[in-house]
Amino acid sequence: MPKHDTPLLDELEKGPWPSFVTDIKRQAATKPECWDILGQLELSFKDRITHWKHGGIVGVFGYGGGIVGRYSDVPDRFPGVAHFHTVRLNQPSGMYYSTSKLRAICSLWEKYGSGMTNMHGSTGDLVLLGTTTPNLEPLFYELTHDLNQDLGGSGSNLRTPSCCLGKSRCEWSCVDTQALCYSLTMRYQDEIHRPAFPYKFKFKFSGCPNDCVASIARSDLSVIGTWRDDIRIDQDAVKKYVSGDYKANAGAHGTRDWGKFSINKEVINLCPTKCMWMEGETLKIDNAECTRCMHCINVMPRALRPGLDQGATVLVGAKAPILDGAQFATMIVPFMKMDAENDFQEIVDFIENLWDWWMEHGKNRERVGESIQRVGLPTFLKVLNIEPLPQHIREPRSNPYVFWESEEVEGGFDRDVREFRKRHKQ
Amino acid sequence: MGYDPQNPMADRITDIGPPHYEEQMPPVIRANFGKWMYHEITQPGVLVHVSETGAECYTVRVGSARLISIELIREMCDVADKHCDGHLRFTTRNNVEFMVDSKAKVQPLLDDLASREGRFPVGGTGAGVTNIVHTQGWIHCHTPATDASGVVKAVMDEVFEHFISMEMPAQVRIALACCLNMCGAVHASDIAILGVHRKPPMIDHDAITGLCELPLAIASCPLGAIKPAKATNEKGEEVKSVQVNAAKCMFCGNCYTMCPAMPLADPEGDGIAILVGGKVSNAKSAPKFSKLVIPFLPNTTPRWPETTAVVKKIIEVYSKDAHKYERVGEWAERIGWEKFFEKCDIPFTIKSIDDYRLAYTTWRTTTQFKFTSHIK
Ligand code: HEM
Ligand code: HEM
Ligand code: HEM
Ligand code: SF4
Ligand code: SF4
Ligand code: SF4
Ligand code: SF4
Repeated sequence: MPKHDTPLLDELEKGPWPSFVTDIKRQAATKPECWDILGQLELSFKDRITHWKHGGIVGVFGYGGGIVGRYSDVPDRFPGVAHFHTVRLNQPSGMYYSTSKLRAICSLWEKYGSGMTNMHGSTGDLVLLGTTTPNLEPLFYELTHDLNQDLGGSGSNLRTPSCCLGKSRCEWSCVDTQALCYSLTMRYQDEIHRPAFPYKFKFKFSGCPNDCVASIARSDLSVIGTWRDDIRIDQDAVKKYVSGDYKANAGAHGTRDWGKFSINKEVINLCPTKCMWMEGETLKIDNAECTRCMHCINVMPRALRPGLDQGATVLVGAKAPILDGAQFATMIVPFMKMDAENDFQEIVDFIENLWDWWMEHGKNRERVGESIQRVGLPTFLKVLNIEPLPQHIREPRSNPYVFWESEEVEGGFDRDVREFRKRHKQ
Repeated sequence: MGYDPQNPMADRITDIGPPHYEEQMPPVIRANFGKWMYHEITQPGVLVHVSETGAECYTVRVGSARLISIELIREMCDVADKHCDGHLRFTTRNNVEFMVDSKAKVQPLLDDLASREGRFPVGGTGAGVTNIVHTQGWIHCHTPATDASGVVKAVMDEVFEHFISMEMPAQVRIALACCLNMCGAVHASDIAILGVHRKPPMIDHDAITGLCELPLAIASCPLGAIKPAKATNEKGEEVKSVQVNAAKCMFCGNCYTMCPAMPLADPEGDGIAILVGGKVSNAKSAPKFSKLVIPFLPNTTPRWPETTAVVKKIIEVYSKDAHKYERVGEWAERIGWEKFFEKCDIPFTIKSIDDYRLAYTTWRTTTQFKFTSHIK
């Protein structure tokens, strides 16, 4: 395949951040179709518009998801990217890899694809970028037989679940996010690979309210670890922070001089609930008032730790703006135990109830958050059999337009206007 | 035996799911699973996690483009084989993490990374700018209003010094999505770069009957801007098609997603909007949406100078002005958005006043405001 002139893209080889252009050029030495990737992209830079065609459904037998079709609208000029389909591989929870596994994936992709990848897509999958239709079945065969690995999801199905690295390397994780993510991914293989929903559905699991996978912003079901008892305090370590022996915020402000650490200024006064104070050298927390925001723990990780009665808060319905505007997930279950011993049965029951309702009542291309908006949170709580709690709201409603049902009002809605007229003349 | 095209269903394996996560974890991570006591960032890009067993895990975090080649992945594997017993991981923001089990192994690893011609910059931790999460753009998607990898490269070059240091008041998360679908979830980022269209869809009357289901195309519009209409195709025949009420269209592109005969991308019409002040974490304040502060910047290829200048300006003003631990959105709310516009030299336009649904909640309903240069 011929090299193309890429004067615009060449500008992106300058500067300190690693350049994908330089990288693609290096790859082109063994995968010449990479020249066509650069050629078409250069044309987009010149025309300031995409040169990918809309749509084209492709896949492997028996699967409705995992592969996204893509075709060039200038295939004669860039035959190497005439077909340029994406293959999504289901990533291991926490995205740890052994080099032997990664190298095997690279070899597979050298054989069947363009050599370019996304590590990783926003949804979490390991994304192999650019292959042709005839390559899909052999690739899938080798992927499952030789690499013992599977595709992720795409389309109106359960998207590949993802999680923060959790207990594997974070001291704050209140749930084993990886075990949870893996268990539900295995349980719902059918929902991942065969679209059956009104629209996409995403699970994301974070071990604590810092929410490193952004689950509250972009998943239909968001599980965020939390605790119910008291924050654990090591008072000696508190003293060491006060005296400056330990670096505040785990050293995260390391390259700027912010002056001496002040526990009042940096922790106590920033606590959103003002539930902390010092008594002499002892740090006190009124845990009943704490909303477990993580700030104090973030700032003094060696002195403070989440409590031991751990579980998760379950939220539903986040999405990006299209169609009805952006939504964060709404808090639905304040505290649920996440029990690996019984295969996370409690959250499984919750999910299946939720799906039963959504599959029946969700409209085509309506995310569950939009379905809930449409019917209202009270209706949603009723159908899921969840008791209304003051925790469900930020504040009570400010309008009095309450919907009463006939059964709820003494005497019901049925009245006789003639009887009424006997007493109240027109 | 490999794949047999004559007999595609033979020996088929399906639904085996991902590899179990434990298989590929470094030994020190496996051995101390759930036992971590605390962590510290010893220098930008280097974390140490300390276990209750006394074990330590040092992590070196390295920036990378999200779009990477297998050649580069193999080079990462070389590094991991040499220093990390053959293990590495990727972060949710497309950084690469190399982990070692003793302090002595850190410097040789850093030296090795430094020797590789800038391909592995170390940083992205703590109160700084980490890697930009982003979407596909012109390299792979059919609906983008801007490129992704190119813009991200230009912006990361511009803010690179904040990737390799931790001089910000708090962490700054930048995200880019190349259209309103927002695969990159930019609606909750400190600084969001968003591809936007500004022209309503064209209608390809020659193709629409064959390509699209008209009722679906009509139903796809959240604003009800599309209605059925008769039209004349190139051959002069009357065909069933649709018509778009341009006054109602907000250029979301959803119709194009449902119906390829309604393209709306355009070199002059397309560009970038900047949103500011979102966050995901629940720490201190609740998660916040990003707010639109600049409705449009042009797609000036190859390096988007207008966009990089704005991002850099916001970061620098914020860095000087905000309190320690204050995220961009918390800072803007403390000083007031009117001050934010003034301090960042961003012209205020009527486009930052919401006129979509539920807009009222964003209008000011108090006499409390600050006098700024906006009030003449
Ligand atoms: C949620 C129910 C409502 C509440 C809480 C409410 C409350 C109020 C309040 C506090 C005022 C201002 C009174 C004052 O400052 O002197 C007001 C004014 C008014 N309301 Fe309502 N109202 C409600 C429903 C309605 C409805 C349903 C209508 C008509 C169909 C209505 C028509 C008016 C009118 C015409 C005024 C006078 C406006 C003016 O001259 O400035 N209100 N209402
Ligand atoms: C022990 C301390 C922490 C660890 C080990 C940790 C770990 C991580 C990791 C591995 C990522 C992906 C990072 C990347 O790709 O660059 C991440 C992202 C993130 N972290 Fe943390 N984090 C910690 C503390 C915090 C704190 C204190 C906050 C907030 C106050 C926070 C909020 C976030 C957010 C919002 C993201 C971005 C998620 C996304 O948009 O993808 N993290 N964290
Ligand atoms: C035909 C239409 C669409 C296509 C082709 C498409 C494609 C994609 C792709 C390729 C990704 C992964 C991106 C990556 O690799 O980083 C993705 C993720 C995503 N998409 Fe879409 N998308 C479409 C429609 C939508 C719509 C309508 C929405 C919003 C309602 C949406 C919201 C998202 C979000 C929020 C993500 C990131 C999800 C996450 O990180 O979990 N997409 N989409
Ligand atoms: S969400 Fe919490 S538990 Fe998970 S990695 Fe982030 S800080 Fe750790
Ligand atoms: S977790 Fe948050 S609310 Fe609770 S004590 Fe700490 S700073 Fe206060
Ligand atoms: S944000 Fe839009 S243009 Fe970008 S990858 Fe997602 S769907 Fe495509
Ligand atoms: S771009 Fe969006 S608002 Fe405009 S016609 Fe299409 S669907 Fe409707």
